[in-house]
Amino acid sequence: MRFVSYSLNNRLIVAPETLVENPDLKPVPFGELPEIKPQPLKSLFEYSEKLQQILYGKMLLLDELPFLLENIQKHFENGFVMYNPGVKKTKYGWQCNRCGNENNHLFASFSCFRCKSESCVYCRNCIMMGRVSVCTPLLSWTGPEVEHKLNHKLTWQGELSAGQQIASDRFVEQVGKCGELLVWAVCGAGKTEVLFHGIEKALKMGFRVCIATPRTDVVLELVPRLKKAFPDTSIASYYGGSEERGAPAQLVISTTHQLYRFKQAFNLLIVDEVDAFPYSYDKTLQHAASTAAHPDALHLYLSATPSRKMKKEVIQNRLPCVKIPIRFHGFPLPGPKLIWSGEWKKRLERGKLPPAFLRWIKSQAVCGRRAMIFVPSVSSIEKITELIRRHVEVIVDFVHAEDPLRKDKVERFRQEEIQLLVTTTILERGVTVPFLDVVIFGADHEVFSESALVQMAGRAGRSKDDHNGHVLFFHYGKSLSMLSAIKHIREMNKEAGF
Amino acid sequence: MSYCLYCHQSYSETWSWAALFGLNAEPLLCQSCTSSLELIMGDICRICGRPFSLFPEQYRHGDSCYDCIRWEEDEEWAGVLQQNRSLYVYNDFLKEVIANIKYRGDAELMKAFYPIIHKTCKPMIRDSILIPVPLSDERHYERGFNQAELLARGINRNLNFSLKRNIHEEKQSKKNRKDRVKNKSNPFDIINSEEIIDKRITLIDDIYTTGSTLRYAAKVLLDAGAKQVSSITLGR
Repeated sequence: MRFVSYSLNNRLIVAPETLVENPDLKPVPFGELPEIKPQPLKSLFEYSEKLQQILYGKMLLLDELPFLLENIQKHFENGFVMYNPGVKKTKYGWQCNRCGNENNHLFASFSCFRCKSESCVYCRNCIMMGRVSVCTPLLSWTGPEVEHKLNHKLTWQGELSAGQQIASDRFVEQVGKCGELLVWAVCGAGKTEVLFHGIEKALKMGFRVCIATPRTDVVLELVPRLKKAFPDTSIASYYGGSEERGAPAQLVISTTHQLYRFKQAFNLLIVDEVDAFPYSYDKTLQHAASTAAHPDALHLYLSATPSRKMKKEVIQNRLPCVKIPIRFHGFPLPGPKLIWSGEWKKRLERGKLPPAFLRWIKSQAVCGRRAMIFVPSVSSIEKITELIRRHVEVIVDFVHAEDPLRKDKVERFRQEEIQLLVTTTILERGVTVPFLDVVIFGADHEVFSESALVQMAGRAGRSKDDHNGHVLFFHYGKSLSMLSAIKHIREMNKEAGF
Repeated sequence: MSYCLYCHQSYSETWSWAALFGLNAEPLLCQSCTSSLELIMGDICRICGRPFSLFPEQYRHGDSCYDCIRWEEDEEWAGVLQQNRSLYVYNDFLKEVIANIKYRGDAELMKAFYPIIHKTCKPMIRDSILIPVPLSDERHYERGFNQAELLARGINRNLNFSLKRNIHEEKQSKKNRKDRVKNKSNPFDIINSEEIIDKRITLIDDIYTTGSTLRYAAKVLLDAGAKQVSSITLGR
């Protein structure tokens, strides 16, 4: 959009062109304005509390604010709101002020009807949250902070395991200090319970708390649990398509993508599954996490399989870490069993399954236990399912990331309507099904990294009554990732005293 | 190596002599995205360009589809739109791509269709004037650009803007066919009729759904003296 600028009492004032009726002032695209400074705060101004609630700690587009432009301009002139640049020119190209993107192939330009410029540059990296271009101001709140209430009640009364207790105590001790803490907890350790007491302390100090996770399903699963645990606290969930985004909340549960909208908002930021895609992979998401938190916030990371970089930082004592090496139910992690199955790739091309795998399939069908069969690629998933169906009578189905029936199939698997589920690595995390065996077909394939193998193995033996589920790696030669995964599991069990 | 305009994955072109000598137009989408697009081929409805292979046989009457026959039987609308031709089947993937352009505002994505639309439409538009179906000023401001105009630029830089859309109506995508046809007041208007008198016109739009938007625009143009109006859309 276009703005005009003029001076008033030696101060530069800017205003959207539609609000000023002075033909002498020439409107220019927002990005071409001289540098804008915040106006001095006029404390007598009656500001809108609703705007404060929505905008505090965030950077939003005008289109995202349900307020009249006149009203927002008044807040700017009185020092309560600031217009920040959306996309800025840098030495090497462009930078998006919302997501931090500096990758030139993720910028494009178009002939813009709003600013009448022939080439208005915009960011394609965070386009799913509404377009930010050179002529788009990002609005932030510069008025008084939102005061959060201090009385909160934790109604969760569950008991923590010894391992959880140690991590929880360490977390509680850190709340209020700035810095980082990694909670390295094995799959099935019960990470959520570890958070409750620390969050309670932070809320009681008037802190704003965020739990960010890479996946929407985890947000949806966490919200009811936290609402139940903290009945007096204002809690909002943020994910693509959520309805609660305008609601003021002291405890925010968000996907990592939604962190783009926040600026210096949180005193405690918890990032779940730091090693998971896309968070670990996308630098702009990490940028989002660091700018969404207050400069002296506490960052808590949760992971079962920290990245090599993180582990190195732990060893060098640069990243404080607390480990929970033992599962909630107190039994060790099931160790993977390696089964050599020859050239599985070639056999598959010929429409055959390796004999060792076949023997297992048949015995599994007879014993009636459920199993997840992980395969290396989507392209082979249907073929393998079809081949398995030829040999056993039980119900076999497959699921992959783009499967429209994904939710439904996983649910049917939970309900024991499907006995053997063939899947890709998408189900490596989050899915917890009791009485389950895990099989990795072609475990030596390069897509299976150490962390993926540990996560997949971690699906087995989740319940107290079936702590010893089988984990089988069918392979054609041990890969480095396989060996590291086995070592990882063995060391965790050793650390737990087994 | 390039990045796919849609999924941002890096990919390399398939090897060929033509590519080696730079004779191929550089593909802008990766192979997997390209293969999700379905080009319209085979028998199509003489009027609206819909492929016959995609709908039940009983809706076909000779060389046109049942929807077009309904239009042609109506005295008011008979012959208003000479013909429509569309590039792709409006499948879930194209729906997603167009939604990304229109509702998320990713204008750049339209460029993915430039090479093919330029190649296929050039012969169709000889000696006719290209008019992108306009948006109302409010909608145009909200979106920041007109997707029909973006598409038309891929065919030819020389566009005509004599057509104007006045009424800021409810989004078409939220209405069904009955509502669309029933909506009697014509949202379009002509600014400069001298430029179109006795001319053949090709309207450009992103999708042909029921054909009512294009017919309303065509009617205004014919009333203002245009000789004949046809249309090209990306999806059908």
